[in-house]
Amino acid sequence: MNERVIATNITKSFRSTKALDAVSFSVNEGELFGFIGPDGAGKSTLFRILTTVMNADSGDALVDGFHLKDEIAIRSRVGYMPGKFSLYPDLSVQENLEFFAKVFGTTVNENYSIIKEIYVQLEPFKDRRAGKLSGGMKQKLALCCALIHKPRVLFLDEPTTGVDPVSRREFWEMLGRLKQSGLTILVSTPYMDEASRCDRVALIQKGKILDIDPPGVITKKFPLHVIAVKSDNMQKLRKDILKVEYAESVYGFGEYLHITMKKENSSTEKIESLLKQQGHQHTEVKLIEAGIEDCFMHLMEHNKN
Amino acid sequence: MNRRRFFGFLQKEFRHIFRDRRTMLILFGMPIVQILLFGFAITNEIKNVNVAVLDMAHDDVSRDITNRILSSEYFHLYQNLQSEKEIETAFKSGKVKEVIVFENNLAKNIYSKNIGNIQIISDATDPNTANTIVAYTRAILLNYQQELNKGTKPPAIIQTEVRMWFNEELKGVYLFVPGVMTIIMMLVSAMMTSISLAREKETGTLEALMVSPLKSWQVILGKVIPYLVLSFSITLVTLGLSMFVFHVPIRGNIFLLLGEVLLFVITALSFGILISSIAPNQMAAMLISMMGLMLPTIILSGYIFPIDNMPVPLQVISNIIPARWFISMLRDIMLKGAGWSVVWKDTCVLAFMAVVFLFLASRRFKMKLR
Repeated sequence: MNERVIATNITKSFRSTKALDAVSFSVNEGELFGFIGPDGAGKSTLFRILTTVMNADSGDALVDGFHLKDEIAIRSRVGYMPGKFSLYPDLSVQENLEFFAKVFGTTVNENYSIIKEIYVQLEPFKDRRAGKLSGGMKQKLALCCALIHKPRVLFLDEPTTGVDPVSRREFWEMLGRLKQSGLTILVSTPYMDEASRCDRVALIQKGKILDIDPPGVITKKFPLHVIAVKSDNMQKLRKDILKVEYAESVYGFGEYLHITMKKENSSTEKIESLLKQQGHQHTEVKLIEAGIEDCFMHLMEHNKN
Repeated sequence: MNRRRFFGFLQKEFRHIFRDRRTMLILFGMPIVQILLFGFAITNEIKNVNVAVLDMAHDDVSRDITNRILSSEYFHLYQNLQSEKEIETAFKSGKVKEVIVFENNLAKNIYSKNIGNIQIISDATDPNTANTIVAYTRAILLNYQQELNKGTKPPAIIQTEVRMWFNEELKGVYLFVPGVMTIIMMLVSAMMTSISLAREKETGTLEALMVSPLKSWQVILGKVIPYLVLSFSITLVTLGLSMFVFHVPIRGNIFLLLGEVLLFVITALSFGILISSIAPNQMAAMLISMMGLMLPTIILSGYIFPIDNMPVPLQVISNIIPARWFISMLRDIMLKGAGWSVVWKDTCVLAFMAVVFLFLASRRFKMKLR
């Protein structure tokens, strides 16, 4: 396997808080690698260190074959889209793109083939100011700007935060196509549902990586059963469910409550009869496959102890 | 390749500036309005001041003096008062700024006792104006006294002849032009640069640029050059306006003047870069440059309040304010026609400050996050 990014024991503290605690992982060539974790988990700090924008306290990484201290070599090989990146709102679409091309020592024409597929959607608006674009459009333009110098490894820090669901899906489809061209992509997101789009994901929490695996494997090896429950009185339901003594944990997931329990104990009938007793109506109780979010919650609980 | 990168950055900066029409309008409009205001409206000269006369003498002398006072362009007779009681009402009406009271038998007293009393009462709610009015009135009275004494053998009199050098007419605009220029340059150079760099921090574009091969000095220079051009041209507009509209003289060498302007702009710019390397966002950058720069510049630079009249601790503090040195140089060169031999010390101080600011700024501003 051709490894594009190898991180070993990267540690970084801000005053007394550890933002990253001995983080190690590797990403293969042409892989779409996701970092999934809540805000403040350390995703942005990790990306900043790997793009040499910030120094690590200890640990090292090889990015496209270069050590972190080899800043100039790494910087010319990576594309980076910072989390709060928002382009220059007073410059037009084309001017933004041309600026980043120039600053990175290339021209739009030279590398047009890389961004062509994305940029054709923006082309009708190329004279519009970037500040007047929709959220999804802005994201596409930002991606173009990060790609224009033909990087070998692409770092996208929460690219879909604050973008509508349709644009998010489009964005991930674009990443899929980019990956096929051999580009290695590292992307971070707080949205668990985006994990399935990645080849492999790292679940990250409080500066520690909890697990690294393909999303399918992570959910498959989940050791518990998940039962989704819904009724007409969710507040009461939440209280009543806590009486189920064999439940490992109870979390709210949208309109459902997810109850995890050991496989040998799991039974939808028992729960259903309990709810009847308590006078719930329009109940729905079903055994479901564990999602990434269930795994994440479980790992988080597990890691605490 | 490297040069193209830099010019790409420079081009972007100019675009930012020219796209922001409103800011441009303010930057060019403000000095023009300020100069016009200081030149036309704010002035210490007095004209057509309303006076009231309480003439209890009704003789040649009182009539003569009244005529002399009123025939000058400074005073205008608002009313004749009949009794002392009316003095207060006259002032309270707000129209009358000065009341002249002639004592009973004024002429008789002068010719027999050699002493005549005239009382000048002025409305000192505005002390500056009151002082000026009284001084004008006394000058007219003194003149009259000298004429009275003509022919007779006068007692020994010391005559003072006052001349106001470098600004004979005491024009306020002479004082304010250097000040306004300084404030505007401070504003454009320090504040605008610091805000523009802080904006890139805030929007994350700086982080994206950090990954680019741009060097930190290229970013700094790219930020500095457009604002240097901008503030230099605003200064030229201000200077031109004060020369052609208000005839403020430039008695010294114009190139020396422009050279000093350039030096000051560079000092202010490096201070702006220093601010933005400290400030995390635009708001902070603006606050720091307002509180840390504008206020001390206005108050402690000698622009409005003379430094010599300040308490000693403030005088000491004023030494670290770049504008203080610059304003004194401007006045020296523009109004006194001073040359290099006079201003070289101030120039050195300013140049030293610029170097220190630049050094600190380049140490703090790295293409790295902390």
